[in-house]
Amino acid sequence: MTLARVLFYLMSFIVLASAVFVASTKNLVRSVFIFFITLFGLAGLYVLALADFVAITQIVIYVGGILVLILFAFMLSSRENLDAIQQQKSRFLSVDKLSALILAGLFFVVMLNMIFKMDTGNLGWIKQAVSANNVIKPTDLVTDNIGINLMTRYLLPFEAISILLMIALVGAAHLSRKEEME
Amino acid sequence: MITLTDFLVVSVALFCIGLYMIVSKHNAIQILIGIELMLNAAILNLVAFGKYDKLNNGGQVFALFAIVLAAATTAVALAIILNVYRRYKTIDPGEVNRLKD
Repeated sequence: MTLARVLFYLMSFIVLASAVFVASTKNLVRSVFIFFITLFGLAGLYVLALADFVAITQIVIYVGGILVLILFAFMLSSRENLDAIQQQKSRFLSVDKLSALILAGLFFVVMLNMIFKMDTGNLGWIKQAVSANNVIKPTDLVTDNIGINLMTRYLLPFEAISILLMIALVGAAHLSRKEEME
Repeated sequence: MITLTDFLVVSVALFCIGLYMIVSKHNAIQILIGIELMLNAAILNLVAFGKYDKLNNGGQVFALFAIVLAAATTAVALAIILNVYRRYKTIDPGEVNRLKD
């Protein structure tokens, strides 16, 4: 068992355990803060999949941006309302949770079955990539290659996504303005 | 050596936890967190498969695009949640069943 494998098990345990905690806890603030840990663990998994740049982006955008946004929205909603939600949740506990558990469990079994039937080591294009030496090795520098590809091969999706990001930000600012002016 | 199957199993588990949150929760913010978990499972798949594309970096570049899309989605969704709260005084999606007037 190599060090990378031990780290992989550690990271995936952290990710899955914190995700289960996020899903099961009744305290909303606690679930948001534990979600931080899930995202950090996922960044570690991206590093183990040899994608350093994606891991850094994950930390900057998710942890720095999205979670702060969620916390803001959470703190803007009032306290009585949140208490009411918590009481309501504990009343309807069993039926909702049971059906959701069955649904998630069935999805899990089906997709796990599919993954083991797929036999990922023998997929055609993966074999091709291995034989053509097109596999990222731990010693490679990938980030500069990503930059070059982003500006040449994937320029159109890059521009499209920047326009979409601008539209979404303008739309979010428009949606969250005060309505008393009308 | 970490194989592709290991990453896929972790990603499937994460996806199912997100699905469970979306179906069972009564709070729009927690449903949003569930959606984020599912998105992260998809990004983990993209990154894991992207290891076998050294020249074009398809998987990693589209993982970056998916992260940016998730940020845009979250901003709009939170603005909508704030608006819903202002109008209905609740953020339980089961309670929001009236149109405007």
